[in-house]
Amino acid sequence: MSITLTINGQTQTVQADPDTPLLWVLRDELKMTGTKYGCGIAQCGACTVHLDGTAVRSCQTPIGVVGAGKITTIEGLGGTHPLQTAWVKHDVPQCGYCQSGQIMSAAALLATKPHPTDDDIDAAMTGNICRCGTYQRIRAAIKTAAGAAA
Amino acid sequence: MNAIIKRLIRAEAAVDPSRRGLLIGAVVSGGALLVGCSPTPQMLAGPLSFGADKPEPSAFGAFIRIGSDGWVTVLNKHQEMGQGNHAGLAAIVCEELDADWDKVKVEFAPANAKLYANTLLGLQLTGGSTAINNSWDQLRLAGAAARSMLVQAAAKRWNVAVSDLTAKNGVVAHAPSGRTAGYGDLVADAGQIPPPQAPTLKNPKDFTLVGTDRVRRKDSRAKSTGTAQYTQDVHLPDMLTAVVAHPKKFGATVASFDDSQTRKVAGVVDVVKLPTGVAVIAQSTYAAKMGREALVVKWNEDKAEKRSSDQILADYKVIAAGKGDPKVKLQMFQTAGDATNAFNGDLFETTYDFPFLAHAAMEAMNCVAQVKGLHTKLTYGSQGQTLDQINVATTVATMPGMVEIETLPAGGSFGRRSTLKSEYVVECARIAKHVGGGRPVKLVWTREDDMTGGVYRPLVHHALAVKLGADGYPAAWRHRIVTQSIMAGSPLGGGFDTSTAEGVQGSPYLAATPVVDAAAYSPVFPVPIGWWRSVGATHTAFVMEHTIDQLAHKAGKDPIDYRRAMYAKAKADKHLAVLDLALEKAGNAPLPAGWARGVAVHECFGTTVAQVAEVTIKDGVPRVGRVVSAVHCGIAVAPDQIAAQMEGGVCYGLSAALYGAITLKDGEVQETNFDRYRVLRMNEAPTVETYIVPSGDHPTGIGEPGTPLIAPAVANALLVLTGKPTTSLPFVKA
Repeated sequence: MSITLTINGQTQTVQADPDTPLLWVLRDELKMTGTKYGCGIAQCGACTVHLDGTAVRSCQTPIGVVGAGKITTIEGLGGTHPLQTAWVKHDVPQCGYCQSGQIMSAAALLATKPHPTDDDIDAAMTGNICRCGTYQRIRAAIKTAAGAAA
Repeated sequence: MNAIIKRLIRAEAAVDPSRRGLLIGAVVSGGALLVGCSPTPQMLAGPLSFGADKPEPSAFGAFIRIGSDGWVTVLNKHQEMGQGNHAGLAAIVCEELDADWDKVKVEFAPANAKLYANTLLGLQLTGGSTAINNSWDQLRLAGAAARSMLVQAAAKRWNVAVSDLTAKNGVVAHAPSGRTAGYGDLVADAGQIPPPQAPTLKNPKDFTLVGTDRVRRKDSRAKSTGTAQYTQDVHLPDMLTAVVAHPKKFGATVASFDDSQTRKVAGVVDVVKLPTGVAVIAQSTYAAKMGREALVVKWNEDKAEKRSSDQILADYKVIAAGKGDPKVKLQMFQTAGDATNAFNGDLFETTYDFPFLAHAAMEAMNCVAQVKGLHTKLTYGSQGQTLDQINVATTVATMPGMVEIETLPAGGSFGRRSTLKSEYVVECARIAKHVGGGRPVKLVWTREDDMTGGVYRPLVHHALAVKLGADGYPAAWRHRIVTQSIMAGSPLGGGFDTSTAEGVQGSPYLAATPVVDAAAYSPVFPVPIGWWRSVGATHTAFVMEHTIDQLAHKAGKDPIDYRRAMYAKAKADKHLAVLDLALEKAGNAPLPAGWARGVAVHECFGTTVAQVAEVTIKDGVPRVGRVVSAVHCGIAVAPDQIAAQMEGGVCYGLSAALYGAITLKDGEVQETNFDRYRVLRMNEAPTVETYIVPSGDHPTGIGEPGTPLIAPAVANALLVLTGKPTTSLPFVKA
């Protein structure tokens, strides 16, 4: 069936079953590949996007429930978000595959808590796995971005 | 792995005779292999070399291109899977070339064993922490040669002496006249200059880039904006996506299948039986997954592995104790002195057990293949181009040189993507051959496929008996290891697989022990195993470092002093240097109640590391706060990437030490995703400090040596906190 989504401020109409996870619509139908497939069961956070500003796992978000909600993906951050600048400054990525999801989780955190504590960072970021072990630099980059945003 | 490297060097000679024809058939012609055409007599008559799918890229050789815009492109013959080699490799070139670091970029080299073989391995393959090590001389010479050509071009243009010219930041200058020219302006003329045979290299004391924190990753922006392209992101016109139903038991095969419901799923295009399972081919990933869910497969499990992990371990214990089948002969890998009567009296005896481990890279295994006639094009995160070419060529009945590879960055690997049998790459090529016509097929292994499909760090059992002398130091050391061999059954197998024992074999502690009786045995069964970041050291570093602390306690000596005495006896200077540096930086300030420090030291891949971990127990789970890591890796090319590899290596090792276990129950893997295969997360990640021992030695590897020490460092701290040794990993049992 035909479903209309609002992604990064643009409306997109796709032909798909409403049960289809948003992840696969983004990646395979719309070719927006910045959002990654990692586990498919909302355990790793690689597929994190924002739905009305809240971080959600797109692999477990059927497009049928999105409705008129506003979706933001890594492409929607524009490349100049303070987190993206901080990620480059700290050379956070190693393989990089999880970093879109890490940045989207961090962006949702900073939107509600511009100056997060270490506990805030743990709470917001523990759903995002990085197998390369870049956690230390992710934490530093979030703090840098929080400072820059102040 | 060190021994594997040596064996791979002999790969061309050691290759299976049935494949030798393929190797010989794939031949370079004038440096470039002709792709997509029938083999000619000239091709068939050439040397034992294969793989060129593009001509040499430029007048500056196989590794350097310089554009008229002044941009320098460094060709990376390795996989960049996160370890940061691209930054270090580019810096080596930039240093000798005197290029502008801000105008240097990196691209993956094509598959071509003649141009791009790892100089330590003889194959184009990224492994054994060798990227910088094997490229150091090669890229310095390449950079220096290109620099010489550019300077000579300027000298010719201005009719001045080369000795009056300087080159810096991509500009050649003639001070007496004030003339300058950028490399981009000189490149056409420089291309006409014959490359010097023995270009002059810089004195390392004159380096301005290598060894500094200016050496930064070139891919951080792409990887922070979602624009970096991984295999999973490849979308080609008319591309199909395939998933494969694999058996739950290793070694099972397809008996029959019913695809009637699968073919009704919207988007499913075809279903095909493969040697490894049943492939569902569809218009999209989701359609392929849904099609597979509707598939019914009956498996023939006659030859499948049906044991549980517990039973495999029990079998290993019998073998290690010498009480099993008398036909099972352990192979001695290190002996010294006379073992007769050396193990009488009071002995320190212990055993250690290690489970299977999955690599669990964030990007599960995948590949894109196109097969048209004899030509195969592969697009994916290849870590072992040459072996993949050989294995795919065998599958699609062509020659390795006809297998073109476009290498993409890999979303992690940790050893997973370098396999002797290239199994998922071969699987993709089979499906693409079935589809035919050169139509692209992307094979997607789901997380569940990846976690349940091998290839694992093997399950390992160690059994030790150590006799202490009157001085409290080991007088006799008996060591038994039972684990599968990675090399067995491969074209490179045969003989003792030293990756099963590396780290015990060659240990300074054994060198300092008068009587050594060390042997190993590798049973063969169908659970697929492979190289897992730091390979043998994943278990041997734990065994040796945790045993040393226990021996020191038994002897009533301080574990640090105990190590120092044995390193002195074994002349292990690098071990001493990293231990001293780590201890100095860690300091000896009292820790809060309930915390303790644990120390471990180990050498692998030519790099020696010491780590001091500050550890406590929280809710029954070891928690690591600060880790101080000291590294001896020769000349430190990219110090910030060395630090990144220590940070990542500690997290990867700690993740496995705390939680990692792939468990077989009746032959079936119980951990299918990150819900049951628990990994380290942000709230558990330690803070890692990295310190580098200054050295002028040839650079050695850094991707793996940071991984194996955190487990024994934590175990040694727990020994202080609880008084109890750790005899099996993971620390936290499921």
